Amino acid sequence: MSGRVLVGVKRVIDYAVKIRVKPDNSCVVTDGVKHSMNPFCEIAVEEAVKMKEKKLIKEVVVVSCGPQQAMETIRTALAMGADRGIHVEVTGKDYENLGPLQVSKIMAALAKKEDVLFVILGKQAIDDDCNQTGQMTAALLDWPQGTFASELSMEGDKIKVVREIDGGLETVKINTPAVITADLRLNTPRYATLPNIMKAKKKKIANVKPADLGVDITSRLEVLRVDEPPQREAGVKVETVDDLVARLKEAGRI
Amino acid sequence: MANLLKEQVIRLYKTLLYLGREYPQGAAYFRGRLKTAFMKNKDEKDPEKIQKLVARGDFVIKELEALYFLRKYRAMKKRYFDPEKKSDT
Repeated sequence: MSGRVLVGVKRVIDYAVKIRVKPDNSCVVTDGVKHSMNPFCEIAVEEAVKMKEKKLIKEVVVVSCGPQQAMETIRTALAMGADRGIHVEVTGKDYENLGPLQVSKIMAALAKKEDVLFVILGKQAIDDDCNQTGQMTAALLDWPQGTFASELSMEGDKIKVVREIDGGLETVKINTPAVITADLRLNTPRYATLPNIMKAKKKKIANVKPADLGVDITSRLEVLRVDEPPQREAGVKVETVDDLVARLKEAGRI
Repeated sequence: MANLLKEQVIRLYKTLLYLGREYPQGAAYFRGRLKTAFMKNKDEKDPEKIQKLVARGDFVIKELEALYFLRKYRAMKKRYFDPEKKSDT
């Protein structure tokens, strides 16, 4: 195996931004809004770079799908320590309809092409919250998956993954090649400082189109409507406990 | 020697300016405070004192990085992890 790791990153609206829905309820406002790398993707990049620094893997290749602006996200990953980038160019309507199925087809094609040891992604994106790309990629490749990873270690040619599940923690050992998705507590991502960003400008980013990889990105889903969540109603103050009980009964709660 | 120090100071300023873009109270607010802080010491000539100030600047960089990380971590934890379901730190 090549000792190469593929990291998928996604450019999303920054987590701290207040989201607005367009007046025609078609989608979320993205023009002029601050974008950055998905927090879980940052954790995935950090894990790959850490493993390279520990000499467990040889090369970190970062990939992102989207329009020209996706290059910024790739550059951030390169500044964090990735070796080279692949920008899969998807623009316009195709990009609006790009979902986990299409991205996982692209990731699967690249994983095979680059002959990787494993693919690591964030567990989900904070804009669509699908939590599907990693799992679909593993299924398309017929590779084992270690999802919601909060700890990763290499044991020979197998990977030991400690997964965060509802009941607690589950430890699994999977064969390589494999697909891993990163959860919040996997590591603490480093900040891409200015000197590192300058250095990263020398690193290469290859430009690829989905057609070059033989991937069909037509979507089988159609977004019908996007709505804001219901506004929180103001709370009501009551004077006595009896009043509270009466109000609760009125509201049908007890 | 003075040239080296000057480079260090300029690099520090640029790094802080870059970091300030994500400052919760706004990049403009941060830039104003940053400039004031640097201007206050612009007549400093003693190389030792300058080194100390640069070290303080590096410390501020680390504080900012920690601030940004904690904000993001806490936001993600609040959004994606239900406190009822599991015992978390």
